[in-house]
Amino acid sequence: MTELTHLTIAEARDGLKAKTFSAKELAQAHVDAIEKARALNAYVLETPEKALAMAEASDEKLAKGEGRALEGIPLGIKDLFCTEGVVSTAGSKILGNFTPPYESTVTRNLWNDGAVMLGKLNMDEFAMGSSNETSAFGPVVSPWRREGSNVSAGASGAIEGTHLVPGGSSGGSAAAVAAHLCLGATATDTGGSIRQPAAFTGTVGIKPTYGRVSRWGTVAFASSLDQAGPITRTVRDSAIMLRSMASPDPKDTTCVDLPVPDFEAAVSRGVKGLKIGIPKEYRIDGMSPEIEGLWHQGTEWLRAAGAEIVEVSLPHTKYALPAYYIVAPAEASSNLARYDGVRYGLRENGRDIADLYEKSRAAGFGREVKRRIMIGTYVLSAGYYDAYYVRAQKLRTLIKRDFEEVYAQGVQAILTPATPTAAFGIGEKGSGDPVEMYLNDIFTVTVNMAGLPGIAVPAGLDAQGLPLGLQLIGRAFDEETLFAAGQVIEDAAGRIKLPQAWWA
Amino acid sequence: MSVDEKTVRRIAHLARIAVTDAEVPHLQGELNAILSFVEQLNEVNVDGVEPMTSVTPMTMKKRQDGITDGGYADKIVQNAPATEDNFFLVPKVVE
Repeated sequence: MTELTHLTIAEARDGLKAKTFSAKELAQAHVDAIEKARALNAYVLETPEKALAMAEASDEKLAKGEGRALEGIPLGIKDLFCTEGVVSTAGSKILGNFTPPYESTVTRNLWNDGAVMLGKLNMDEFAMGSSNETSAFGPVVSPWRREGSNVSAGASGAIEGTHLVPGGSSGGSAAAVAAHLCLGATATDTGGSIRQPAAFTGTVGIKPTYGRVSRWGTVAFASSLDQAGPITRTVRDSAIMLRSMASPDPKDTTCVDLPVPDFEAAVSRGVKGLKIGIPKEYRIDGMSPEIEGLWHQGTEWLRAAGAEIVEVSLPHTKYALPAYYIVAPAEASSNLARYDGVRYGLRENGRDIADLYEKSRAAGFGREVKRRIMIGTYVLSAGYYDAYYVRAQKLRTLIKRDFEEVYAQGVQAILTPATPTAAFGIGEKGSGDPVEMYLNDIFTVTVNMAGLPGIAVPAGLDAQGLPLGLQLIGRAFDEETLFAAGQVIEDAAGRIKLPQAWWA
Repeated sequence: MSVDEKTVRRIAHLARIAVTDAEVPHLQGELNAILSFVEQLNEVNVDGVEPMTSVTPMTMKKRQDGITDGGYADKIVQNAPATEDNFFLVPKVVE
């Protein structure tokens, strides 16, 4: 029998139903794997007792034949989701001891469907980063290594050598899924934070349409861009998990009152007769031949499965990233104003209230977060608002219009690379110029700016043996087509062989 | 556009983040790198384009204007660094 930690969600669901193993055995296998993988730093908090208690409750339900959609499925939760009575830090020192007295809608939905919580996953501070290096709790180590690399777990259990980053901001989620430390994980995506780490780790990640998933109880970064979604090992598993995460929610006014489709039913739909667009503006200068080759390969796979391939144009693509670096910091500077050292979080006393605010925020926020708050403050300040913020919001209208025009021509999905490169090493990017790191999101950020759904699916390995992903972009509230087309790519590429547990 | 040291200090104060003298030049360099990156937006003619206010066309949900929640002040202050009788404590604000 396959190791319990190596099952897909769909396989585990079948095994639990058939009583081949119990939810408790499944949870225990993961608890043991997590304990042996501490060197990866994927989990910031392990909750083994909670996991086993929840699994026991699931076994009772299963015994009575009352199993729900995710009954007994052990999941990791990105530490951006507030979990009642369990510390939720957003990867920041300023929330280091924050214990929410409430549960986020997303996690509430998962528990209502019978899922089991293994713990909280590491992430870039306030989801700001593309490498998990901005976490206040240390970087996550990718389970992937370059071929012939010297990275190993030393005698003390610490990592030796220059390890690779898992991507970010959902780096803990992607690493935990790729290292078999959970069957699936929750993640969030503001500019690419689900899709880029999924691509870096050979996993599947979907950012649903803005409004599909409730943002209530999820720590806010940029409210008009943030959406939660799953990271899993297969397209089908993402479909299963997203169905449980999504729901209408009276507590989030931007969450739509639409019924959640049976996404899993769409997985086997195929792409016969679908019109899929290839946007010429994504063929950027200096693109690696490997990425270009993979993109071409993906196109051929979809064509062979019966899709009609057409070249399309999204002329404002290159402006999405600079516009994002005005809109997202502006919203962040406003959202993060709540961390004041008074109502919750870290406090440094000062001589007066302003001094208390300034000292608490200086001590509690990391460098990247401070940088973004300051950029946001600047672009919203008197005299600069029109030149920066209003102009960026106009660009956003143009970016969205580009997609609308393509979809009006009958195109149902768009295929692009997920990232411009494979995973890089820790400390290799962005130390001098923050923009170098920001360029990671060049293919994913357009999707957030236009509020559309996007899925990253592993499609192959590069010359160093590292995974590369393709991205499919869909029409608003049509995640189903993405699952159908994503499955075609997964079938054609074959499931990526994930790394052996060299860290254990 | 680029920012000088004085502007960096002014932004930091507006953002209520204390900065040390040693941090200012680094922040200045980083902020200017980002500002020079976003400069390219000026190439685009945006005359007559409406700024985006909502990414999905939808009317905002409304609910009854009534009390639906509350009555647990102890939970509200549970995570506060300093409290007294379910009030948040701050340094003296009014003389």
